[in-house]
Amino acid sequence: MKYLYVAAAPEVSLEDQRMVSGFLKNEFGLPVREMEIPALDFAYDGTRRQYSSVAVLEMLARLSPAGAAKLLAVTDRDLFVPVLTFVYGQAQLNGRVGVFSLARLRQEFYGFAPDRAVLVERAAKEALHETGHLFGLVHCAERTCAMSLATNIRQIDSKQPAFCAPCRARLTRTKGVLA
Amino acid sequence: MKNRWQILVVDDEEVMCESLAAWLREDGYAVDTAASGHEAIDKTRQRDYAIYFVDLKMPGGMDGIETMMQVRRIRPDASIIIITAYATVDTAITAMKEGAQEYIVKPCNPEEISLLVSRIVKVKNLQRENTILRKKLSRQYVVQDIVTKNARMRDILALCQEVASLRSTVLIQGESGTGKEMIARVIHNCGDRAQKPMISVSCAALAETLLESELFGYEKGAFTGAAELKRGKFELADGGTIFLDEIGDIPAKLQVDLLRVLQERSFYRVGGSQEVRVDVRVIAASHVNLQQAVSEGKFREDLYYRLNVIEIRIPPLRERREDVPLLARYFLERLSHELGKDVREISEGALKLLMDYNWPGNVRELENSIERAIVTCKNDELTEDSFAFLAMNGNAGRAWTPPAGMSLQEMEKVLIVSTLQRTNGNIKESAGILGIDRSTLYEKIKRYEIQR
Repeated sequence: MKYLYVAAAPEVSLEDQRMVSGFLKNEFGLPVREMEIPALDFAYDGTRRQYSSVAVLEMLARLSPAGAAKLLAVTDRDLFVPVLTFVYGQAQLNGRVGVFSLARLRQEFYGFAPDRAVLVERAAKEALHETGHLFGLVHCAERTCAMSLATNIRQIDSKQPAFCAPCRARLTRTKGVLA
Repeated sequence: MKNRWQILVVDDEEVMCESLAAWLREDGYAVDTAASGHEAIDKTRQRDYAIYFVDLKMPGGMDGIETMMQVRRIRPDASIIIITAYATVDTAITAMKEGAQEYIVKPCNPEEISLLVSRIVKVKNLQRENTILRKKLSRQYVVQDIVTKNARMRDILALCQEVASLRSTVLIQGESGTGKEMIARVIHNCGDRAQKPMISVSCAALAETLLESELFGYEKGAFTGAAELKRGKFELADGGTIFLDEIGDIPAKLQVDLLRVLQERSFYRVGGSQEVRVDVRVIAASHVNLQQAVSEGKFREDLYYRLNVIEIRIPPLRERREDVPLLARYFLERLSHELGKDVREISEGALKLLMDYNWPGNVRELENSIERAIVTCKNDELTEDSFAFLAMNGNAGRAWTPPAGMSLQEMEKVLIVSTLQRTNGNIKESAGILGIDRSTLYEKIKRYEIQR
């Protein structure tokens, strides 16, 4: 039996990890397991004061359990890839490991008061988005689909925490998930 | 459709290269990477990349500007984006002067790259659409526009190029929908008449009198309603090519007139007494077997031989099934773009179904079937279900039942005769198709008294 693993970095609360596991379990219909990963200090870039998602993915690939169909990690650290100022998350396209960050999904990041409901909805969208990449989905032109490209928080907020019909069909047809 | 455009990311820092490539792949683009300018040039020679991201500072004696200049020599249409961590006004000016489309400083905002690439892709899609429309408008088909890997079709295309600049008449025979007019246009466009007009006339579409005035024109007052002089298609095609489609349907009287034009290169307008001389190359086409029409007395033998100086027989699609997947993918890409639908894939099952179908309407039927499947497609892939309508046409499979009461020897004779007809009597090719050696084929031809 292959599992969908949800890994949490130490700074992520158990409640937030359960929240992400819950989304994926409901959406993908695969058994979900949870695990912890070490702190991401090794991926810290002092100049940028951010964490390299490329380095995180390399670590996840090493730590991924044998029974993991896919592994999605959650962190509260702000992620980047070298060529971009930041990323909400990164996943190997049609690969095994991915990561996303809660940092820029929080209202506090933009100077607003914390809002749990907003965070939960944004996290659901990001979790689906990166897991969709793990199952081979590329960005979708439908702006409300979880797989549409978001490069700012407004675009994340205008998505739905669900796949559009063609993306759902693709997942069902090619990966046998979402059945 | 994004995945048509290929991107090359050139950066000596692997992590830079791979992270940008991965980010673009998530966006649906086909992305390759190169670790140096030299590798980028090698890859450019092998593949047609539309967009390049080139790092400005690279070691190995070839920096980003030099790489860009060499790429532009090989691919002048490519869009090149220079990326650098060390931006100065001077480098930016140099990059833009040497032809960079954009100059960006890393790390850059994801939104900036996303907008930049989508803007370039939008322009490239418009340019491509413009080229297709222009080609469609002028129908400037060349050999490269014929999609095939079939040996007989390749021979035909080679023949088209060989005879393109001759004035000799060409007779193209083939079933409806095999692309006779397209082959005629290839011949016209590859020859030294390409800058002159190619005029097409469907001989089956018009009544005898109309066809006569259509081909040869008429003088003012030639008949009621002839208020002014009208030039016919032969005159309009002067210096170029006239394509006479469905020549087998031409009435007997006009066969004589046509024979005269072919012999004398001159004719009279309807109602006229002055001879009109033209320099026209004639390409005729027929879906019926003209040789048979001659033997049945329906077509003049002398006209047949005048037309049949260079003969081209286009095989039906069922005899070049290896072209079906190629054509299906070609039509899928072209039509999904034209119809504004994001259908990108065709499943293996669907291709197998298309390969097994007999295609009585040939390439035209395949094109129409792909269009119908795209229009009704609910997602991004054509599957077997998309072509369910073909099964209703009643000849979905290759299954064929021989006539009852036929002996094995009669069957063998029929098969040999039809194979020889298909290969224009080519023994080597026929023996190859039949799976026997040439001496055995000669022996059977002799035994069954088959006329070659």
